[in-house]
Amino acid sequence: MTSLLSAPEAASASSALEPVPANGPLRSLLRRPRFVFSAFVVVLLCAVAAGPGFFAGWFGHGDPHACDLDHSGHGPTAGHPFGYDIQGCDLYSNVIHGTRDSLGIGLLTTAVTLVTAVVLGCLAGYFGGLLDLLISRLMDVFFGFPVLIGMIVVLETFSVHSVTSVSLVLALFSWPVLTRIMRSSVLTVRDLDYVVAARELGAGHLRILVRHVIPNAIAPVAVLTSMSIGGVITAEASLTFLGVGLRAPAVSWGVQLNTAQQYFTDHLGLLLFPSLFLSLAVLGFVLLGDCLRDAFDPRLR
Amino acid sequence: MARFLVRRLLTMIPVVLGTTFIIYAAVYALPGDPVQSLAGPDRAVSPAAAAALRSHYHLDSSLLVQYGHYLSGLLHGDFGIDFGDVPVSSLIAAGWPVTVRLALTTWVIQAVAGTGLGVLAAVRAGRFPDLAVLGGSTLILAVPYFVTAYVAQIVFGDRLGWFPVSGVDAGWPRSYLLPALCLALLGVPEVARLTRAAVLENLGAEFVDTAVAKGAGRIRVLVRHVLRPSLIPIVSMLGLTLGTLLSGTILIEGIFNLPGLGYQTFQGVQQHNGPVVVGISTLLVLTFLFINLVVDVLYVVIDPRIRLD
Repeated sequence: MTSLLSAPEAASASSALEPVPANGPLRSLLRRPRFVFSAFVVVLLCAVAAGPGFFAGWFGHGDPHACDLDHSGHGPTAGHPFGYDIQGCDLYSNVIHGTRDSLGIGLLTTAVTLVTAVVLGCLAGYFGGLLDLLISRLMDVFFGFPVLIGMIVVLETFSVHSVTSVSLVLALFSWPVLTRIMRSSVLTVRDLDYVVAARELGAGHLRILVRHVIPNAIAPVAVLTSMSIGGVITAEASLTFLGVGLRAPAVSWGVQLNTAQQYFTDHLGLLLFPSLFLSLAVLGFVLLGDCLRDAFDPRLR
Repeated sequence: MARFLVRRLLTMIPVVLGTTFIIYAAVYALPGDPVQSLAGPDRAVSPAAAAALRSHYHLDSSLLVQYGHYLSGLLHGDFGIDFGDVPVSSLIAAGWPVTVRLALTTWVIQAVAGTGLGVLAAVRAGRFPDLAVLGGSTLILAVPYFVTAYVAQIVFGDRLGWFPVSGVDAGWPRSYLLPALCLALLGVPEVARLTRAAVLENLGAEFVDTAVAKGAGRIRVLVRHVLRPSLIPIVSMLGLTLGTLLSGTILIEGIFNLPGLGYQTFQGVQQHNGPVVVGISTLLVLTFLFINLVVDVLYVVIDPRIRLD
């Protein structure tokens, strides 16, 4: 859920100032099993999302749409390690193909959120004044929505339920958290000596922002992106499971759980295998985010 | 205190206007026929129902007039009408006792389990209980709670028969216990993590050393000197988790067939009954804003050091 993000929002502001020793964090990261495990999971899942056909064919039945109703709901057999879904399609191949949309939404939403957070955070933190007031009040409005409920309302009235539209709606309700962190981070950087020096030397606002402020203020936001991807993947699955997110014929873990929800009691595999992948993906991104935060943002430890 | 209250209420006005306007705009002001988009793409709306909706929402007036009508309707407890011409407020009236019971049960579980585990983890920091709480909460966060809810329903309800699987016929607490436990999983990790941090911080404080040196017993030191000052952040966290809890009721009540507000929303989505989804969600948003207000005020009451600016 997006609530994964809420805890450290206040703490991270001034950490951008502490120098990170070159090479240090990465080397210490590689020694930690938690990091190695989560990085492995994330890289593997990204590979699966990039080329699902390759992984789906491992057991000889790679086509998620080759279905035979005679096998509806059957358990695992040779060549079909996860068994069949209700339509008689190979479940393993479906789950593998579901990786792309689930991960895609996580990545796209987080990318949009990150860009929005950096732009609005800079505008509000660097320029202040009326702009800051406007952006801050707008954030307050979005913080007024309980997680998911705003998304449900907007998605319910959307007629298109594609990866792009669902991602945009998820981003619409997740930008304020990162923006607030970015804003406070920019606030601490903007009056530092090197920024003042650059200004005195006659650098323009854009140059100061891009060369001096953003690189030094972005760390607290950047370390949260991995965790945010995990949160978005869960949110998408919840919305899709509810019926307002992606819809069949799209293939995502949420769609699989949604279409199978009446059959869980009799066919436990339909519940277990998609959620296993879903949980593994979220766990991977959240653990990775944890490690990155520990390594690059020591104040939060 | 009065000044704080007034100022806090004033900041709430733009937020209430903003949230309701976003909901309103999403539903009625986006391009396309709002009646059709509320019904979903595949559903034919009878001309009578469409006409009723049009007149109810003043869809033929200008945008701001429409919003004005909508807002004054909300203030009078009018949350819209559904496609069967049933006022959403009557669904709300039927559903809210169930949701309040579920939410309060969940909240108590969250508070007790969250603080308990947090204190345990802090007192045994770095050792097995601490690591178990940390690992457990990471796992809980990774598994979507609706999956946990289904598994719990199948295992504890269906196979073992310990709890009723659906409905509220067994009354409180039997019917509510399992759903509340599943819902509490959303908040327990965060409350536990926060409690752990707060207790660890206070364990190192000088007034704790003083209490120990004075000869106070372990439990007394823990409860009186460590837990009490740790309560402030915990209380505010318990308030914040309410947002997650409110949205969580939609899936949990849907899965366990508890006929509350969340269940109505769940059904509304499944049956493409848009006005119900929008009306109840609006109520949940307003409830959330109101509870945040109460938590903020409580915060100042609990800790007089937090003053107003």
